[in-house]
Amino acid sequence: MIKLKVNDIDIDIEEGLTVLQACEKAGVEIPRFCYHEKLSIAGNCRMCLVEIEKSPKPIASCAMPATEGMNIKTNTSMVEKARKGVMEFLLANHPLDCPVCDQGGECDLQDQSMFYGIDKSRYKENKRYVPEKHMGPLIKTQMTRCIHCTRCIRFATEVAGIDELGAIGRGEDMQITTYLEKSMESELSANVIDLCPVGALTSKPYVYEARPWELKKTETVDVMDAVGSNIRVDTYGWEVKRILPRINEDINEEWISDKTRYACDGLLNQRLDTPYIKEKNVFKKTSWENAYKIILDRIYSTSPNEIAGLTGDLTSMETLFSIKEFFSKIIKSPNLDSRSNYIYLNNSSRKNYLFNSTINGIEESDLILLIGTNPRYEATILNSRIRKKYLKSKTEIYSVGDMGDLTYPYKSINNSTNTIKEIIEKKNELSSKILHAKKPIIIIGQSALSIKSGAYIFENIKKYLEENNKITREWNPINILSNSASTVGSYDLDIISSNFSKNKVLDGLKNHDFKILFLFGNDDVVFKKKDEFIIYIGTHGDKGAELSDVILPSAAYTEQNGYYTNLEGKLQKAYKSSYPPGDAKEDWMIINDLSKKIKRKELFNNRDELENNLFTYLKTKKKQNSSIDFSILDFVDEKIKYNEIDYYYSNVIARASKTMTQCRNEKIKIKKNGTEG
Amino acid sequence: MLEDKDRIFQNLYNDKGTDVESSKERGDWLNTKDICLKGREWIINEIKSSELRGRGGAGFPTGLKWSFAPKEIGSRPHYLVINADESEPGTCKDRDILRFEPQKLIEGCLLASYAVNAHACYIYIRGEYYREGEKLQNSINEAYEKKIIGKNASDTGWDLDIYIHYGAGAYICGEETALLESLEGKKGQPRLKPPFPALIGLYGCPTIVNNVETIAVVPTILRKGAKWFSSLGRPKNTGTKIFCISGNVNNPCNVEEEMGVPLKELIENHAGGVVGGWENLKAVIPGGSSMPLLPKKICDTIKMDFDSLIEQKTGLGTAGIIVINKDQDIIKCMARIARFYKHESCGQCTPCREGSGWMWRMLERMALGEASREEVDMLMDVTKQIEGHTICAFGEGSAWPVQGLLRHFKKEVLKRNDFDPLINKNKNIPYLVDQHLLEK
Repeated sequence: MIKLKVNDIDIDIEEGLTVLQACEKAGVEIPRFCYHEKLSIAGNCRMCLVEIEKSPKPIASCAMPATEGMNIKTNTSMVEKARKGVMEFLLANHPLDCPVCDQGGECDLQDQSMFYGIDKSRYKENKRYVPEKHMGPLIKTQMTRCIHCTRCIRFATEVAGIDELGAIGRGEDMQITTYLEKSMESELSANVIDLCPVGALTSKPYVYEARPWELKKTETVDVMDAVGSNIRVDTYGWEVKRILPRINEDINEEWISDKTRYACDGLLNQRLDTPYIKEKNVFKKTSWENAYKIILDRIYSTSPNEIAGLTGDLTSMETLFSIKEFFSKIIKSPNLDSRSNYIYLNNSSRKNYLFNSTINGIEESDLILLIGTNPRYEATILNSRIRKKYLKSKTEIYSVGDMGDLTYPYKSINNSTNTIKEIIEKKNELSSKILHAKKPIIIIGQSALSIKSGAYIFENIKKYLEENNKITREWNPINILSNSASTVGSYDLDIISSNFSKNKVLDGLKNHDFKILFLFGNDDVVFKKKDEFIIYIGTHGDKGAELSDVILPSAAYTEQNGYYTNLEGKLQKAYKSSYPPGDAKEDWMIINDLSKKIKRKELFNNRDELENNLFTYLKTKKKQNSSIDFSILDFVDEKIKYNEIDYYYSNVIARASKTMTQCRNEKIKIKKNGTEG
Repeated sequence: MLEDKDRIFQNLYNDKGTDVESSKERGDWLNTKDICLKGREWIINEIKSSELRGRGGAGFPTGLKWSFAPKEIGSRPHYLVINADESEPGTCKDRDILRFEPQKLIEGCLLASYAVNAHACYIYIRGEYYREGEKLQNSINEAYEKKIIGKNASDTGWDLDIYIHYGAGAYICGEETALLESLEGKKGQPRLKPPFPALIGLYGCPTIVNNVETIAVVPTILRKGAKWFSSLGRPKNTGTKIFCISGNVNNPCNVEEEMGVPLKELIENHAGGVVGGWENLKAVIPGGSSMPLLPKKICDTIKMDFDSLIEQKTGLGTAGIIVINKDQDIIKCMARIARFYKHESCGQCTPCREGSGWMWRMLERMALGEASREEVDMLMDVTKQIEGHTICAFGEGSAWPVQGLLRHFKKEVLKRNDFDPLINKNKNIPYLVDQHLLEK
């Protein structure tokens, strides 16, 4: 602990803090533009100047380490003059276009100039103009407004891991730009918009859409990937205008991926707002009553065993639970699964499908092994943590198979299942490295679990680690990287038709055993339709709706309350920030209605009952203890092929989003031939 | 006047040859081994007691700087970096050292590297000194051939490699941390201090950065003794110094003189006097363009050393004396200097980036007589807002010349810009007062 004085108030602080942090601890606010907790220190805006006793010059508090016995003063005339001076310089060439600037109302420069600046300008020369730069479909630039704080450059080079953003020129002619004005090729690029303290980098899809004070802000969680980033949804009436990150040090720190941020315009397009029925291969609008009637007729004339259901990737826990209850109590069919492919799952313990080391744990690890996963696209935020860890201590990172650019260097090893066998049999150099590492992390992706040897890979790695005492109470190196927001929740609720790699529903679909198939927001299942009657309950007119015979419109994640369990097993609640469009209803109500029609009895009297039942189920869930017969685990000598996910098109909302389409086109660089209109 | 025997740079005018042999005749490389054998402590103490101050502009005691380097080589190597990015307008002393006394510099590199435990020495030469760099490279090659540097340099048992790196012609790269950034291949922008380069410098390793002249005088000091050096000049302002006299003089020249030599003597004796006679003198910039100028009245008596000039609110800087006579428009001169600083600001921190351009534009208007009376005070305000608020000393460097002008020639500026502002300030208008300050 260090003792020092801030404005004559004695405080004790830990060692290693800067003067600025010390002032914050003392409750003294220091204005700043370039300083950001999560980025390196640049010290170039000079707004945070403070006076330190015995120093003739004011000192940039963001860069100065606090030392014992310092006497920091922030309320002297020297400090005030310095702040006013710097503010005047910042505003000298800053355009006075606040009324048309998208940053207006949430602009650091605006706020701080109100408090620390002078209300008149002495600058009589012509203001500087800086040409606009192209930074891709997400970032709109207005570089005249730039105050050269270099936060964006530091973010791009440090967190996002791309070197394309930088400053060219010097002095007054310094300009922030991407290399040759290419778009920023990072899945975290749009975070520079939040970082920009002025309106130089603003959101392109949100341009001139709304003012911050007009928006209703709802703090909720994201469902675009399994990470469960904390977000704030800003709505104007029904429309979700934008999504911003919320600080959660355990999950997303301050960043969110571009998909999380910009897929929200997909909530406005392709929406199902009324029930449809298919007549002669054409969808026709219909009423809820009529749709229910058709479904009921079908269900009454079908035996329960011929009814199956598949749940989707964005489904909330409540919905999942009501579906489960619907299938077990109303339909009385066991054919319900959440997996749309043959992926290995050992449901006996929660640890078998969680990211056990936790996202925060990545920062403690000393060895990372990726098996069949590309975290950059599957869990962007998690990947940025791995990069952060790498930058901090040059952690050794290995990947089974070449995954392309992961934003950090890694050693790519042969992607054959034999490699895993070698590791387990201690024939590979990695075996001893894993054993010698204090906190190794082994991340197993969905691609590795869905191959034939998936069971072999998972169970044997687990056995290998258990035998060598690497799985302890404090540290579990086995991590499954789930791809979708509802995966862990579905497994928690045991929405599987059969354990391990088997999947009764998919088998049945292949053999056309089912007469009725419920698709609860599932657009991923691939099968040949014969004469199944398909009921799609979902939000968007996508693949699943196209297959179906009856469509029941439901609510998206921003339109109903719902719990989601992220890949670490953290239960988080998403709050309703908007309402479903048209006649669409919240999912649990649709299921409740259906139950009422079928059995003349509602599943739940109200939402509270649903939630209570859900938590009772989770709490009282019995732990099955099934031992694995290792001899029957298939080992097939095969390649662990990585099933690439189409990052910008990975779910219905993203597919319906224009912005995501633009990003995707930018990424795959579609050449224009002049015929696209 | 400095006696010839006390001159360090005997070949300043290139009449004695620059190769190793002719340098040896002048005393270089004679007992380098013996000096090294006296040990690091001895070398640093000798430099300390000679009171040698850095010749690059800031005048920081060299021996003290060397003693900041860690005593033993830890996990990271040490580096010696020679700052030959001589870009200060009015200064051309390093250039002549590079051209005519390269062996002094190379020997200095060896002794300094030995003193600070560096096996690698980088000489950062400004890009415009291409020919000088070639010349120096030839001299380094010659030194390698003679085995006075390289492996077991001069039989001292110390390995030293000297590398030349060319800058791209940015003034700011003469700032030591910007120089290190540039040397690392990055954009030349000064670093935040602390940490100082002596602990975390080039590639994060302990680095000593010294000016060419500082290093070039080191061998002579060690050979002739600290006592000899400190007997020249006056305490804390010891030794000799190369003065570069340019501007409105009859014979612009580089001359080595004792510290504390009167300015008038320098100009009259060595530079052939001011064009139009001493009475025609208007002002002198004593230490390169970044130092405030001195009017004739002070020039009559001023002595050229660090402390006397600081007393007059200016500085010795690089000792690049720019003489301005009455034929020149002093405001235009300063506007030109301000334009130079506007052009050379690195753009990293706000006051300098925005302020240097602002000052230049105002001075240009003032030179034309288009500024209002009020703006003269405002200009002073702007310089004060830049000074001391920046990362590196460039802020001061750009603000000081303007301050010098306003300090000594304010009347002249006001005479030319003598009209009322377009809008008269009415102090009673409430919205012109900072509201939040009223609350206090």
